[in-house]
Amino acid sequence: MKALAFGAALALSCAAYGQDVAKEIQRYRQMVAEGSPAELFELEGEELWKKPQGPKSVSLQRCDLGEGPGVLKAAYAHLPRYFKDADRVMDLEARLVHCMVTQQGRSREDAIARLFGTADRPSELELLSIYIAGQSRGVRLEPGMSHPKEKASYELGRALYFHRVGAWDFACASCHGDEGKRIRMQELPVLYKPQYARPVMASWPAYRISTSQVITLQWRMNDCYRQMRTPEPDFGSETTVALIHFLNATAHGAPYQGPGNKR
Amino acid sequence: MAAGPMKMRASLGTGFTDVRVLMTHPMETGLRKDADGKVVPQHFIQNLTVKLNGKTVLDAQISQAVSRNPVFSFRLKGGAKGDKIEVSWLDNHGESAAIETVVA
Repeated sequence: MKALAFGAALALSCAAYGQDVAKEIQRYRQMVAEGSPAELFELEGEELWKKPQGPKSVSLQRCDLGEGPGVLKAAYAHLPRYFKDADRVMDLEARLVHCMVTQQGRSREDAIARLFGTADRPSELELLSIYIAGQSRGVRLEPGMSHPKEKASYELGRALYFHRVGAWDFACASCHGDEGKRIRMQELPVLYKPQYARPVMASWPAYRISTSQVITLQWRMNDCYRQMRTPEPDFGSETTVALIHFLNATAHGAPYQGPGNKR
Repeated sequence: MAAGPMKMRASLGTGFTDVRVLMTHPMETGLRKDADGKVVPQHFIQNLTVKLNGKTVLDAQISQAVSRNPVFSFRLKGGAKGDKIEVSWLDNHGESAAIETVVA
C-alpha cells in the first residue's frame, strides 16, 4: 500500500514537472517571439527585391504576387493562389522564381541554383521570402479558394497529407496526425485541424534558432520529404505548392504574425 | 558579416523603459570546425554599451556562450519620450557597430 502511494506521488510529481517544462518552453518561445532575428534579414531581402539582376538587369519590383505588379502589402497572406499568366497555382517561392525567369530574363536553372542557404549566407529566396512575408503582418491568411485549379490544388494537398509513400510508408499524418505526439520536447502539431494549423502557418517563413538560419515553407516541405525518405520533390512543384495550399487554407483566417522563430 | 544590420525598439513603461535590440554577429566559439576540418577561430562580441542621452547606463561583458545573432532585452530605470538610447558592441577582432533610437 505504501509502495503504491509512493508510486502515485511520483507519478503526480512527474506530471507537475512535465507541466513546468512545458510552461517554461512556452515562456521561452514568447520571449524569442518578441524579438525575432528574422527581422534582421528583412532589410537584406528588401535590398534584393530592389536590386536589378539578370540579363535584362531589372529588379523584381514589377513582380505581380497576386495583388498587382509590385504590391507587397497582404500579398503573402493571400498565397498560394491561381495565376492566369502561368496557368497554375503558385506559392510565394514558385512565384518569385517565375518572376526571375519572366522579368529578369534568368534561366530557371540560375534562379533555383542555390535554394537553401547557410547561416552565413542565406539564399536569395529565403531573404526575399522573409521581406515579403513581413509586409503581411496582421493580415488574415486567405489563400485563393475560388478558381477550380485552386480547389484542385487544395484537394491534392489534402490527399497528399494523408497519402503514405516511400520506403518507410510515411505520410505527413504519420507524425502530424494525432494529438499529444512529440519528438523529444518538440510538439507535433496536428496540421489538418485549424486550431493547430493557425499559429504554425501564421509564423512561416521563420528564423531557426538552433541553426541560425532563415527557413521557408518550400524548405520545410523538402526536408519533411527527406525525413520520410522519399525522392527529393521539385522546388515549387505542384506537390509542394498543393501541400502549402492545404496547410494555409486550413489555417484560414489566422492573422499573419511572422516572420517568426522556430526551434 | 560581422557588422551586419542591427535593430532596436525602445518603449516607455511606467517608471522604466523597455529596450530590445537585435544584432547580427556570427558569435563563433572557437570550438567549431569547418568543412575542411579546420577550427573556426573565435569571434564574439565582448562588450556591450548602452547610453541614455550620451551617458553610459549599462556596460556589459559577454562571452562566446551567447548565440549567433543575439537578442538583448533589458529595462532601464526612468527614461522619457524623446530620450536618445544608443547601443554599441565591440568584438574580440576589434570590430564594432552601433545603433541609436528615440524612446517612443
